Amino acid sequence: MKAHRDYRLTQLDELEAESIHIFREVAAEFEKPVIMFSGGKDSIVMLRLAQKAFYPARVPFPVLQVDTGYDFPEVLATRDGWVERLGARLIVASVEQAIADGVVIDDGKTSRNRLQIGTLLHAIEEHGFTAAFGGGRRDEEKARAKERVYSHRDEFGQWDPKNQRPELWSLYNGQLHEGEHMRIFPLSNWTELDIWHYLRQEQIEIPSIYFSHRRRVFERDGMLLTESDYNPLRAGEEASERQVRFRTVGDLTLTGCVESDADTFDAIIDEISVARLTERGATRGDDRFSEAAMEDRKKMGYF
Amino acid sequence: MDLLRFATAGSVDDGKSTLIGRLLMDSKAIFEDQLEAVETTSQNRGFDYTDLSLFTDGLRAEREQGITIDVAYRYFATPRRKFIIADTPGHVQYTRNMVTGSSTADLGLVLVDSRNGLTEQSRRHALILSLLRVPHVVLAVNKMDLVDYSQDVFRRIQDDFVSFSTKLDIPDLQIIPISALKGDNVVTRSENMPWYEGPSLMYHLENVQIAADRDLQDVRFPVQYVIRPQSDDFHDYRGYAGTVAGGVLKPGDEVMALPSGLTTTVAAIDLFDTEVEAAFPPMSVTVRLTDDVDISRGDMLCRVNNQPDVTQDVDARICWMATQPLRPGAKYLIKHTTRTVRTIVKEIQYQLDVNTLHRNQNVGELKLNEIGRVRFRTTQPLLTDTYERNRTTGSFVVIDPANGSTVAAGTIL
Repeated sequence: MKAHRDYRLTQLDELEAESIHIFREVAAEFEKPVIMFSGGKDSIVMLRLAQKAFYPARVPFPVLQVDTGYDFPEVLATRDGWVERLGARLIVASVEQAIADGVVIDDGKTSRNRLQIGTLLHAIEEHGFTAAFGGGRRDEEKARAKERVYSHRDEFGQWDPKNQRPELWSLYNGQLHEGEHMRIFPLSNWTELDIWHYLRQEQIEIPSIYFSHRRRVFERDGMLLTESDYNPLRAGEEASERQVRFRTVGDLTLTGCVESDADTFDAIIDEISVARLTERGATRGDDRFSEAAMEDRKKMGYF
Repeated sequence: MDLLRFATAGSVDDGKSTLIGRLLMDSKAIFEDQLEAVETTSQNRGFDYTDLSLFTDGLRAEREQGITIDVAYRYFATPRRKFIIADTPGHVQYTRNMVTGSSTADLGLVLVDSRNGLTEQSRRHALILSLLRVPHVVLAVNKMDLVDYSQDVFRRIQDDFVSFSTKLDIPDLQIIPISALKGDNVVTRSENMPWYEGPSLMYHLENVQIAADRDLQDVRFPVQYVIRPQSDDFHDYRGYAGTVAGGVLKPGDEVMALPSGLTTTVAAIDLFDTEVEAAFPPMSVTVRLTDDVDISRGDMLCRVNNQPDVTQDVDARICWMATQPLRPGAKYLIKHTTRTVRTIVKEIQYQLDVNTLHRNQNVGELKLNEIGRVRFRTTQPLLTDTYERNRTTGSFVVIDPANGSTVAAGTIL
């Protein structure tokens, strides 16, 4: 039997308790919730917390992944492992399919990340989901810092930052009208370091590309991108094999890696503790376009 | 390492964003790319210094107007503690944001400009912290560099605040002279103010005792969700999931379920796949009972000789947060712990003048950002304590079912 000294929780225990509370609250109050799964470490922590919230029962929601067609195979393997472990239903919304169906338009200039928005909103509407869990953290970005745990979306799936409901104590307001849905952010109060400390504490399986490995990469716009058929080399670019790891996982044509020897949770935590660049600024092409890039995408209905 | 949540509020000009920028920077919570972006913006605006406030001005609308319009959450950690800051704007129309930010805070940080002394806003903020029973308050007297680090100026503000705060309920108060811009007494003790013998702001934040603020006496366990796997391995498993709102609950304890009043015994307390010796606030656990009693979401476990009130008449202080005023006779929803019920506004007893603390009786309505005492009647009983006794079982929100918005925060009297 587990005991706590002096009836005190560590900050990780407290964050875990808060997130579990949010999962249960949503399960109790919403008709049709879904967990949005990106394959990244944050969404894996969400799955772990959901597992804890309902144990020994199954997680009472399906898992939704938006497949850009450009996902790392290691990420898809981890996803399948988790879905099997939880006994959850997996729904894949494919960007390719959405383009083929005319749900979103690929003009050759828009990144897959942007096309995910339309694909995601279509999937939510099609399945009639009323609540969608996302792995967003408030420490990631300035616009996120103001987002609620229960983030209301109108019938167009859009976020109105000036008209957010006040959120007090741990009393979440889940009232919805026809066609509206709620984005739920159970990791709102976690930081990047909290996530890594928790992954280490729980010894959680995450995609292998987070750990140091050999990979053929090339430089573009100051980022190290992975060599792949989806990402043809441009004039002057040259690929070489290096020892790297990823700090975030997304569309492989846009997600950069960093040179690193960190091959364990401990080594990664040491590395991050002294890192001087944010994970998004360092390795995500999609966040670098403008200072307000995230705010714009969020208003449109991004994760 | 534990967790301290604190709320700040301040006027546009009293240097709150600069102070937070400095706390983040000095605790290395700011990364190079963020710093570079802020330096570039500062240069573009023609400043000859790095405007630390740019770190925290989040949304585009705010950047355009040059003000902060909502509650923003910031995170930093030192080797001793992790901190969550609820950063709220100070201007008059945003009382509701101060209330929101304070609702979860262990500590409230009130900021004043040493040149102006106490303002209407700093008084309002102190009042809100007191109404929301934030156990620790810090008054930071900022911009001491602009008054030549004068002890007289500091003393005057200190005396003013102490005489105002005697009318309030502030269990622990610390007053610190600082300069957020220059860094005096923010992380390290200032050499410019040898007359000040107290801690630096960071030292105080790292060391203030918060463990004793929790209620470990009165057992309150609002049932949030019933877990019934109905699988082969856990055929007869029936667990009551929830977050402990008060007291310490242990296997073997006799408990009463409300509102039914049935008594039973705690068989085990589960945290995922392990059993725990005790559950206490704010743990999220699953309680199994020895008897098969009918309990569902919205019910509460407590002790036989220590129960909350079971009542349909709620007397509360509320902060009204909607543009449409509150009027007697109006119907809303109340969400209290895990129970949501319909309610009607019976009476507005008074409206509180947040500057003079005068109670204006015979008001016909409560307007946006006003605080008052209101009586509600609910369709079903709520299981309540006074907010003074328990911040979880003593608080609720009011929801307008017509548009789904949260229109008020209430603390039970």
